[in-house]
Amino acid sequence: MKVTIKLFAFFRESRFKIENRDLEKGTTVGNIVDVLGIDRKEIGVLMINSRHTTLETELSENDILAIFPVIGGG
Amino acid sequence: MADKIFRVNMSTLTTSIEDVPKSWAGHGGRGLTSTIVAAEVEPTCHPLGEKNKLVIAPGLLSGTIAANSGRLSIGAKSPLTGTIKESNAGGTAAQILAKAGCKALIIEGLPEKDCWYSIALTPDSVTISEETELPGKGNFAVIETLSDRLEGKHAVLTIGQAGEMKMSSANISIKDPDGNLRSSGRGGLGAVMGSKKIKFITIDAKDGKVAIAEPEKFKEANRVFAKALVDHPLTAGLGQFGTNVLVNVINEAGSLPTKNFTAGQFEGHEAISGETMHDIIVERGGKPRHNCHAGCVIQCSQIYNDAKGEKLTAGFEYESIWAMGADCCVDNLDQIAEADKIMDDIGIDTIETSVAFGVAMEAGVLEFGDGAGILRILEDDVTKGTGLGRIIGNGTGSVGRAYGVTRVPVVKNQAIPAYDPRSIKGMGITYATSTQGADHTMGYAVTANILGVGGNVDPMSKEGQIELSRNLQVATAAIDSTGMCLFIAFAALDDETCLPALVDLLNARFGIGLTGDDVVALGQSILKTERGFNMAAGFTAADDRLPDFFYTEALPPHNVVFDFTDEEMATFWDF
Ligand code: SF4
Repeated sequence: MKVTIKLFAFFRESRFKIENRDLEKGTTVGNIVDVLGIDRKEIGVLMINSRHTTLETELSENDILAIFPVIGGG
Repeated sequence: MADKIFRVNMSTLTTSIEDVPKSWAGHGGRGLTSTIVAAEVEPTCHPLGEKNKLVIAPGLLSGTIAANSGRLSIGAKSPLTGTIKESNAGGTAAQILAKAGCKALIIEGLPEKDCWYSIALTPDSVTISEETELPGKGNFAVIETLSDRLEGKHAVLTIGQAGEMKMSSANISIKDPDGNLRSSGRGGLGAVMGSKKIKFITIDAKDGKVAIAEPEKFKEANRVFAKALVDHPLTAGLGQFGTNVLVNVINEAGSLPTKNFTAGQFEGHEAISGETMHDIIVERGGKPRHNCHAGCVIQCSQIYNDAKGEKLTAGFEYESIWAMGADCCVDNLDQIAEADKIMDDIGIDTIETSVAFGVAMEAGVLEFGDGAGILRILEDDVTKGTGLGRIIGNGTGSVGRAYGVTRVPVVKNQAIPAYDPRSIKGMGITYATSTQGADHTMGYAVTANILGVGGNVDPMSKEGQIELSRNLQVATAAIDSTGMCLFIAFAALDDETCLPALVDLLNARFGIGLTGDDVVALGQSILKTERGFNMAAGFTAADDRLPDFFYTEALPPHNVVFDFTDEEMATFWDF
């Protein structure tokens, strides 16, 4: 299945901004985070299709996954 | 030496230095400005008339070595909202004012003569002088001229042309350690200073120092406190990308108000994002990290250079960038930086003014995306005070009324900032119930709604939002009294050593025995004092709501409306 992955802030360093990947069915958000070599502890916000999600969620065809480190401001 | 109240009467052109009344002694920052405004200003008075007072107070911990404690509170009745107002900013003024032994500076009355004045404060004097050189000039000229004119280390508070013209969005600018400006931006306090014909205020602490009751305890508490700030993971991101790191996450969440609040995502988001800004700053030899006052360990500010590598602007904030960027559809960071600099110079709130441009664009005054048009109107109209310039300079509501627009994003006539309340409902509660009109800093529910800081509350659900906003507004009122930068709240929400250390700092500074509960009670009582003033000024529960279109126009991409009833909203005040 096709999934789009978007990375933000310093997660982009030596990785990418946006990439399409072909993934096995049943792949979870956590699997992708691990494959990308992102430290789970550094994660602040995860969204699939602009809604918050968790590491355990399984992705579906055409999902857009966004991965942010802990960030803030205001 | 005990702290004093410094009072300046512009009607009689006299000054006095007074003891602090007992009932004000435990207050500082916002708690003090609001207490004084509530005690001394007639709630129904005209904000630009003789009866309004401008109150300037450092926080309870300002002037000490405590990390991030150099924020200043300025209060008055707001000419923009008609409510009580406290506006909070960095710069060197809070620290120097505290070291000068000034608990609060109260400026009252209106001068009879049609001329401009300046005020100079030292530990044992406060004087009024006539000023002929600087009226009509922008804030940068004031800072430059005064650094030549004055010897020693001075704090400077100044107004630009907008404040002189008493525009309702005029701010008060405060010099930072490097001669840049920080702004007490919201609510038109620059117009209040302008109405009193004061172009600038200088403060010289001489060799004054803040007394610490228990120095060893204070040092230890500060060590724990600063560690909690530095260790919080988001401190790294704030230092690297500034507050503008938020553009992409708020856009991704579908809550970035775009094209005068008609959409929740902006096509040009990447071009104006914190990530892009960081790359531009580094490429052009600017500074990605910078602090708005000495002692800040987070350093969210920055220096942004133009293409030639010359400094263009400093303290380039997410809300300012969002407002001219997404809300006006300008996807050009250089144009936004240029506008930011002009607005700093003429002394006008970047949020209010840019949201006003968004409404002007909807009215057809200029096209969405026309950044060059915004720059032109700022220079030719707002700076010079033409009819159009004054309509825009009087804020978003003013533009809406002048052009008959109904989609006017304001609460209590103050522009709604960078988080759409339809898809971040916690912010809707804060905007509607805040004692000061729409203001994100009053109760930053983005934390739990979007960022996963201090828990998780579904941004699109109504559940838990009123309680969240209430807790945040209470905590914020207390933090705003300490002189602490609000960004300590992130660590305070997540790190259990942070708040107790803050309470220890207060106790060691004054030799008292506050508990966490006392601090909560302080926050609650400040909110009630402020609300009491507003009610006496004529506000009712019916003013605690959002503009109609938020309840009827669904916001893409989630296609949601704001759906709290007025009855539900009223429960906010059940405490
Ligand atoms: S974090 Fe930013 S706003 Fe807060 S004190 Fe530091 S530079 Fe100023």
